[in-house]
Amino acid sequence: MTTHEPIAYVREKMAEQKAPPPTSVGILGWIRANLFPDLVSGILTVVALFIVYSLVSGLLPWLLHGVWNASSLDECRKIIAERYGEGASGACWAVIHERFWQLMYGFYPSHLYWRPNLAFVLLLLGIAPVLFDNLPRKMLLITIAVPFVGPWLLWGGSVWVPIMVFLGFVIGIMVNRFVGRMSGALVGIIVGVLAAVVWWLFLSGPAADLVQSIIPLSIEPVASRNFGGFMLAITLGITGIAMSFPLGIFLALGRQSNLVILKTMSVGFIEFIRGVPLITLLFVASVLLNYFLPKGTEFDIILRVMIMITIFSAAYMAEAIRGGLAALPKGQYEAADALGLDYWQAQRLIIMPQALKIAIPSIVSIFIGLFKDTTLVSIIGLSDPIGWVKLIQANAEWNGIVWELYGFVAFVFFLFCFSMGRYSMYLERKLQTGH
Amino acid sequence: MAEPATAREIDRSQMTISDEVAIEITGMNKWYGAFHVLRDINLTVYRGERIVICGPSGSGKSTLIRCINRLEEHQEGKIIVDGTELSSDLKNIDKIRSEVGMCFQHFNLFPHLTIMENCTLAPIWVRKTPRKEAEEVAMHYLEKVKIPDQANKYPGQLSGGQQQRVAIARSLCMKPRIMLFDEPTSALDPEMIKEVLDTMIELAEEGMTMLCVTHEMGFAQAVANRVIFMDQGQIVEQNEPKEFFNNPQSDRTKLFLSQILGH
Ligand SMILES: Nc1ncnc2c1ncn2[C@@H]1O[C@H](COP(=O)(O)OP(=O)(O)OP(=O)(O)O)[C@@H](O)[C@H]1O
Ligand SMILES: [Mg+2]
Repeated sequence: MTTHEPIAYVREKMAEQKAPPPTSVGILGWIRANLFPDLVSGILTVVALFIVYSLVSGLLPWLLHGVWNASSLDECRKIIAERYGEGASGACWAVIHERFWQLMYGFYPSHLYWRPNLAFVLLLLGIAPVLFDNLPRKMLLITIAVPFVGPWLLWGGSVWVPIMVFLGFVIGIMVNRFVGRMSGALVGIIVGVLAAVVWWLFLSGPAADLVQSIIPLSIEPVASRNFGGFMLAITLGITGIAMSFPLGIFLALGRQSNLVILKTMSVGFIEFIRGVPLITLLFVASVLLNYFLPKGTEFDIILRVMIMITIFSAAYMAEAIRGGLAALPKGQYEAADALGLDYWQAQRLIIMPQALKIAIPSIVSIFIGLFKDTTLVSIIGLSDPIGWVKLIQANAEWNGIVWELYGFVAFVFFLFCFSMGRYSMYLERKLQTGH
Repeated sequence: MAEPATAREIDRSQMTISDEVAIEITGMNKWYGAFHVLRDINLTVYRGERIVICGPSGSGKSTLIRCINRLEEHQEGKIIVDGTELSSDLKNIDKIRSEVGMCFQHFNLFPHLTIMENCTLAPIWVRKTPRKEAEEVAMHYLEKVKIPDQANKYPGQLSGGQQQRVAIARSLCMKPRIMLFDEPTSALDPEMIKEVLDTMIELAEEGMTMLCVTHEMGFAQAVANRVIFMDQGQIVEQNEPKEFFNNPQSDRTKLFLSQILGH
């Protein structure tokens, strides 16, 4: 038999507030809780610290002993040996110093560097209001202008060409409005797109030439083969991102559509593109396409590559967006329908904002992947940063240099991709509206 | 017997039923694939009527009222809403949908828009009402459902009852002539059911034509002028609430009522 204590209890003296034990707060507490909570974790912490130490102790001297001024790898090594003793390791940053402009612009004429620079600044100004909705909405005018002014600055030539291309959009939209009102939204879209395409393929060129012959207004043209370095990577990346996004949306909608032909075409396109490696598409762009095009037509290589990168990412984009669409409850469609919104209004105002929000992480992953994939164009002979690394390595002076060049290219790519990742997290937080 | 939906006296002065036909359904049949969900439905709803539809689960109640605004397509028969026949013509459908409001069991508010934006969206885009005017109208209806102070919150920050009242306000902002309710209270906790029912009662008092699928028999007795009982895709019995509850004719109705009222 145990004797039970009486259940009734009254506290007579209230407990004083005490400071927590020193092992649970402050730095000591943190270290204890996070690094050495138990034996196994403690050992892992020590091992990890050792690995970090060996990495840093190997890399740091190499980074700190860097040489910024030299004209060849041999000279670099000599300087390092002189300064830090025979056998000391050191980075030869001189190669980046010396070849910086080529890594940035390729063979783009140096007296015209202001043009890509200006295009880049315009691009940043144009993207800003899209990324951050607290900026003045007037800035969207720059956003609309960038796709026309940007390429004109980069390639140069007659100012009438981008204007005529822009007119194509105006024509498309007007035809769409007109036909749409008479015979339904879908017909309007199809006819509108057709009208724009016909204008671009057959009429915009001659029209630009005609106006140019009357009012000549042009800047020095630069050929595509002179494009290179990060300028090329950014040009390809940005156009790929900007074009694959809307295309992906339309493909995702097509795949969900009730119209059998549209649906089959979308599914076929997506599955075909996803089944083919990007590098194959790039080879098609660089080699095969010439066989199919009529003799004498010039179809710019960069434009061809852009199209391939775009359709490649668009297929993945469509699938990411379809994931977002599938996650939406059916009730959202029904509520939009019940309120009398038509298909496009429902998509634009209700469905897409939510589906895209759900798909943000996957969409941004695709953007990041696309940007990194632009380095594949070095295989078909375009001199993007990786192409330039190889060109520089092939030089007698810089033969044998590896880490510095690839490290620099990797660092710049990392900056871009990391910013995209951070932006996606910011956006997700901002669009969080529930609990 | 079921509890009354509200403690207060219901003002019946505006609850008048006119001769004007609001909805006319004749010989309507609907199939899901080979499954015959709705069979030979004939129903005439006059303006100002408040109809409660009840019946066992799967009897086709939701399907019936969803056919009225074409969320579901019927294959046979005729549905005429406000003088416009439902056909596959998109213009007719959009016209009818903007005249007929609907409230769902799960509210279906748009979670990415504020309460105010939820309410002004359709007036602005469908009715082309200027934003300012649409916001005034929305505020009016939000006051009516007693949540004007939540206008700038998001649906996810509201309780279920508040969300359903917003959903009602959102429909009312389109100034519909007919309101459809599909079990508006069955996803709610008991104390929230009352606030939603009160809102619906007020709506009835103003003479709104209402079709309401619900198992709130107290509401049916207090407000409805007609109760329809459905089973296996058919209208089995309909009558005035008093007669319907006290003197059901069909055996199915009796069985259903005994189950739902628990005696
Ligand atoms: N999209 C669909 N495809 C096939 N069958 C369906 C579909 N929607 C409903 N059904 C079937 O149609 C019948 C009627 O469904 P409905 O939702 O109208 O019933 P209900 O009376 O509203 O039931 P509850 O009280 O459970 O809501 C059910 O048997 C259901 O399984
Ligand atoms: Mg139902």
